[in-house]
Amino acid sequence: MSEKRKILICMGTSGIAAGATGVARLFEQELGKRNLADGFQIIRTGDRGLFRDVLVDVIEPDGQRTTYEYVKAEDVVPIVEEHLIEGNPYAKRLAGKSYHDFFKSQMRIVLKNCGEIDPEDIEAYVMHDGYSALRKAVQDDSAQIVKTVTDSGLRGRGGAGFLTGMKWKFCREAAGDQKYIVCNADEGDPGAFMDRSVLEGDPHAVIEGMAIAGFAVGASRGVVYCRAEYPLAVKRLQKAIDQSREKGFLGKSVCGSPFEFDISIMQGAGAFVCGEETALLASIEGKRGTPRIKPPFPAQQGLWGKPTVINNVETFANVPHIINHGAEWFASIGTEKSKGTKVFALAGKVKNTGLVEVPMGTTIRELVFGPGGGMLHKKLGLKGVQLGGPSGGCIPAAMADTPIDYESLQSTGAIMGSGGVIIMDEKTCMVDVARYFTGFTVSESCGQCTPCRVGLKRMHEVLTRVVEGEGVPADLEFLGNMGNTICSTSLCGLGQTAPNPVLTTLRYFRDEFDAHVHRRECPAHVCTTLMHYEVIEDMCIKCGACAKVCPAGAVTWERGKTARIDPAKCTRCNACNTACKYMAIR
Amino acid sequence: MNKEISTSVSAVKREDVMKIINAFRDQPGALIPLLQAVQREYGYVPKEAVDLIADELGMFPVDIYGVLTFYAQFYLEPRGRHTIRVCEGTACYIMGGKDILDRLKTDLGVEESKTTADGRFYLETVACLGCCGMAPAMMIDEDFYGNCTVGQLDEILKKYE
Ligand SMILES: Cc1cc2nc3c(=O)[nH]c(=O)nc-3n(C[C@H](O)[C@H](O)[C@H](O)COP(=O)(O)O)c2cc1C
Ligand code: FES
Repeated sequence: MSEKRKILICMGTSGIAAGATGVARLFEQELGKRNLADGFQIIRTGDRGLFRDVLVDVIEPDGQRTTYEYVKAEDVVPIVEEHLIEGNPYAKRLAGKSYHDFFKSQMRIVLKNCGEIDPEDIEAYVMHDGYSALRKAVQDDSAQIVKTVTDSGLRGRGGAGFLTGMKWKFCREAAGDQKYIVCNADEGDPGAFMDRSVLEGDPHAVIEGMAIAGFAVGASRGVVYCRAEYPLAVKRLQKAIDQSREKGFLGKSVCGSPFEFDISIMQGAGAFVCGEETALLASIEGKRGTPRIKPPFPAQQGLWGKPTVINNVETFANVPHIINHGAEWFASIGTEKSKGTKVFALAGKVKNTGLVEVPMGTTIRELVFGPGGGMLHKKLGLKGVQLGGPSGGCIPAAMADTPIDYESLQSTGAIMGSGGVIIMDEKTCMVDVARYFTGFTVSESCGQCTPCRVGLKRMHEVLTRVVEGEGVPADLEFLGNMGNTICSTSLCGLGQTAPNPVLTTLRYFRDEFDAHVHRRECPAHVCTTLMHYEVIEDMCIKCGACAKVCPAGAVTWERGKTARIDPAKCTRCNACNTACKYMAIR
Repeated sequence: MNKEISTSVSAVKREDVMKIINAFRDQPGALIPLLQAVQREYGYVPKEAVDLIADELGMFPVDIYGVLTFYAQFYLEPRGRHTIRVCEGTACYIMGGKDILDRLKTDLGVEESKTTADGRFYLETVACLGCCGMAPAMMIDEDFYGNCTVGQLDEILKKYE
């Protein structure tokens, strides 16, 4: 191979948002100007999972790697001159300890290629063992593939955690001339983006996983149902499908075998409930995306009434690794009942936000203080963690040693869900968070069944009343009863899980509800109607942050003096409170 | 209604819509991609197009409206010149995205999913733009703004006429 030095530039959605496209172009220009272009290969990769604006790696032919973070346009010339020409790393943007710590405690299987290869270049994927599992699979007995996946213990990463091999087995055994493989890339949890990163950073892995599934169950058609908000993922996936068809990994004769398989993409149109599998299938058929009662399960009657395997993006992306390295290898990672790794989207009040892949069974604390790098603000401690988005729950800091696996989480009232993990500190109001999720599910309920359509709405009204300081003690009892009723009587998974954020906060953070209802106070200083906008003398460290951001000129502050807010000028915009990291504004 | 906007309604051309219909006619279940294609063309799905699709595909318009109103991404009315999408995903919410939204509503004098009186902005919320590390985030047309503060909004909005 070439002895070229490589420059990797992370260009997923967030990299591009931070200006990576311009940085990549500048590197090309600057190298071109100096007649150095031939010595370098510029590789545009997907995002690596850590938000550091623009990330640039320089890799020497011997594998030695230097990483730069927060790279701006003006850093390109110094990197070219000082590092690429002189050989001295450009110190100003060198990735720091927290960057390296972020990756140190991870185990990257699904994300292995994300941020490392050019997702638009099939050769790069092939060079990293790509499509070797598919080649191997089509030579094998299809029943054996199903068995390997079953033995590996792989469970669905879309939320429910059903054993993938079992699902495949049901579909394989179902009678039908035509079967389908559907990839669920709807990723509705607002705060989870691992599926998007995989599609943007390593689309071939998903294609390969789907093709292996197709071979295993006897399906010749695949559909990826992708969330409409993900244009870049769709573009890269389409390009990858076209390339792999060209190379014979898809099409009439997959890898030269008699097995036929092809994939098309369907773009969603903005409906969270379409992540539910039966709703998703209805949507592919061009209908309103309303769920239906199961059974029959999709494995028996799915797309167009035919047996269908529907799995999540991350589930499919695990499959090639299982085929390549064997069921035993996969089963050796994780806990007794939850095998392999899980990708989490870490966000909220933690230092490092981004995608983290760790073995199942890692504790919440390890996640927050390992890759997460600890809490965002020194003075504001961990209060709780929200797992599983609108279907999940809030776990209090006291339970931070809970291992993250399907069963342990379920026993707390939260769920694994898609893997969204939101870290909350003392300045996060749990009642408000519960209200937030309920508001989300109210607007996303499909409206078919009464408990979900009406019940959630009532809960949301009550929660709104509580955060606005108008709640009454009976409200809390109502929330508990109504929540339980909705869980047990709703038609689909949306309603059955939507009260979880409220029920868990009621269970673990009851005192905060009481404060709102009995004392008309928000202990976290979040609920704006309960704010007085006055500075608490004892808490104020006199830093001036509030004065700096006030757009109304209502805050007076002098060095060394406690800030003061003039109620006559204050517009209650809350900017000062957001800026204050010391809970000094009440 | 704004002048500019009303011209775009009369600009719905039968043959353009027919072209789109014909491209999808033989695909089972292609109603959603078809409507998406119409929306790409006009920025919304005009009534004239719905009627034509219903006639051509032998459907009742009500069934097409049923699909259009179910999915959040379809617009039945023309939008303002610039679309502001404020992220209301969990991370952005926790990091103060609501302040941004409230401020925009007051400054622009417009509710969510509505266009300003001067036709300049259409304001809507989305659930997670996928850049949670830069929360709170918003997008105006194709431009992304991360780590937003209310203080920056005036400056940002100025760029869009
Ligand atoms: C309301 C609701 C939303 C869902 N959203 C998603 C989603 O966005 N992505 C996903 O993969 N699964 C989602 N699911 C789970 C799917 O119904 C289904 O279990 C999953 O796609 C199966 O794939 P897996 O076995 O690989 O997890 C959702 C379920 C419900 C009830
Ligand atoms: S929650 Fe706003 S970008 Fe993810």
